[in-house]
Order: sequence, then C-alpha cells, then structure tokens
Amino acid sequence: MSSAKQSKGQALSWQVQGGVIELALHREPCNELGSLSLLEFEKFASALDDLERDAHTLIVYSELKCGFCAGADLRELYQQSQTRGELQASRGVRDFLERIHRVLNRIDGAPLTTIAAVHGVTFGGGFELALACDLIIADKMARFCFPELRLGLIPGFGGIPRLKRDLGNAFVRDLLLTGRSVNATKAQQVGLVSQVVSEGEALRAARATAAQVGKFDRQTSSTAKRFIKPIPLDELRKEIDIFCELFARSAVQAGLKRFVESTDAQPYLP
Amino acid sequence: MTFMETAEKTLDEILTLAAAHFKVPREELSPDEDFFKALRIDSLQTLDLLTKLENHFRVELPDYELQGVTDFRTLATKIQARL
Repeated sequence: MSSAKQSKGQALSWQVQGGVIELALHREPCNELGSLSLLEFEKFASALDDLERDAHTLIVYSELKCGFCAGADLRELYQQSQTRGELQASRGVRDFLERIHRVLNRIDGAPLTTIAAVHGVTFGGGFELALACDLIIADKMARFCFPELRLGLIPGFGGIPRLKRDLGNAFVRDLLLTGRSVNATKAQQVGLVSQVVSEGEALRAARATAAQVGKFDRQTSSTAKRFIKPIPLDELRKEIDIFCELFARSAVQAGLKRFVESTDAQPYLP
Repeated sequence: MTFMETAEKTLDEILTLAAAHFKVPREELSPDEDFFKALRIDSLQTLDLLTKLENHFRVELPDYELQGVTDFRTLATKIQARL
C-alpha cells in the first residue's frame, strides 16, 4: 500500500495525520538496519519532500516488542563481506554508509520537529537514528548503547558526531570506550533523553508533544531548529573514512564472525 | 539489618522481580540456577532484566560486569556491591 500520505513496507511504514508524520519500524527480529531497511528509508526520505508540506512533526517509533532498533544488520554485513572480494566488500560498506548518512542527514535537517519515541533496545544504528531526531522520548525500559568498539569498529551511522553535538565529551567517551549500555533514567540525567515515561507510553507521550509543537508557527520552529542544531557534516564524513579503515582489518572480520555465528544466550562480546 | 540479611533480601527481590517480569512461577526459581535457562530468555531479554533490576534497585550495572554471570546469586552480589 502506497500513496503520497501513507506507505506500508516490509521494514517500515508511514502515515500523516493531523500534521504529524508517524514512521513505524517493524522489521523482525528487532529492526536491524540492512539493505532492505535502507531502501525503504531512502523511499521515505524522498517522500519527505511532499510529506513535510502538510506536517509540523515527525515521530519515529517501533512496533516491535523487543525495542526501537538493535542497530545495523551485522549478519548481512558479515555475509556480504564474505561473499564479495576485499575491494568490493570495502566499496559496498562505504556505499551503504554514504547512503544511510544521506537519509539520516535528511531526517536531522528536516524542517519539522522530529521525535524518536523509543523503548527497549536502542543500540548502535538504532541509537544513531534516534540521535538524528530533535527529541528522544523514552519509556523506562529503553536502553542505549554503542557496542561497536566491542567488535573493533566505531559507530558508522553518525553516532559520535551527533552524540558529541548533544552531550558532554566525557559521557560520549564513557559510552564509546566502554561499550556499556545505559538505561533511560541515566540517559535523561546526562541530557540525552527529554522525557522518561512509563513502560509502553513513549508513543503516546510523543503524540502529546507533537500536539504542543503543532501550536507554534512552523517557520519559527524550523528557523530555531536550524539555528540550534547544525549538522556536523565534516565529522560525519570523517566517521565514514574511519569506519571503512577499521572494517578492512582481519580482527574485525574475526570478531564479526564470532558474534554472528554465536548461538549462546549471551553472544560473544569482549 | 546485617550484610548477609541485606544480601538475602536483594536475592529474594531479584527472584520475585524476574518471576513476575518473565511470567515464571516464583517457586520454580532458585538462587544458584542458570537464569538464562530458568527464565528461558535470550540476550535481548537479559537486557530487559538488567533494566528492570537497575530501575528497581536504583543502581547502574555496567553490562560488561555481568559478562559470564549466569546465576541469580552472583547477580545479587553484583547489585549488592552498588547499593
């Protein structure tokens, strides 16, 4: 099902109602971001040109119980790196990153107020998607993490520059260099999350916030946003280069292999 | 309350909380049991348990400290150390 105002895909769907665009993620098992999701995000980014004419707010949320998004599809990433030659795999990773950066930059700079309504796992690429939004509203079971260093990588979807834009460098280093996850209360304490709500209430709270946002003059809101939320383009480009450089190392491939092939309840993570 | 009594209380609260959250009869859980098996949970659900425990005890538990922890008693010790 697809029209100017709504679309239903395999990984995500959207609809516009009363000036609010709702983008729902629903790819099992936990909204892993792979080539299918990327294609649908690109379709959404293209549709935004039309959608945002009649809207003041974008809400991104997950329909899945496990959480908002578990991050990049590491299985697909690993399989592609195994089936392609080294050079082709490296080009494939860079191409994927550049495309997802274009989508996230589009969401980041949209002349709308954007809200990530999160619950459960908000890890890696999922965390980076939330960081592209203006506000994060979390239910108290939400958990945030950049686990990439545990696999010999850095976040690749804009995580470090965007987190650095929003928070103190000490907390950015803590999350990045330890790879630990933090809950919604901690995330609110450090200024990452604007509201913590009861379990299952994030979308409702995001809709209430959207109703408030809709009372203001849209041009004023988008001007204020442009003023306060510049996109760190130079650092984002640098991040892609560093990620690609690290990805080529054999230690990363070995770490990914162990993680992807693990059948333990607690998969391998150093 | 002595340290030992507090530790036992922490353990009991963990068992009660885990049983309620994962809908497993409380009497089926024992302190030295492997909680992955007892609760029939995977790694993502373990994060749910971690968040529940952090919210309940108002502590922060870095997940790397829990790597390799599989039984409720050791989990209680980790929480106890941060109360």
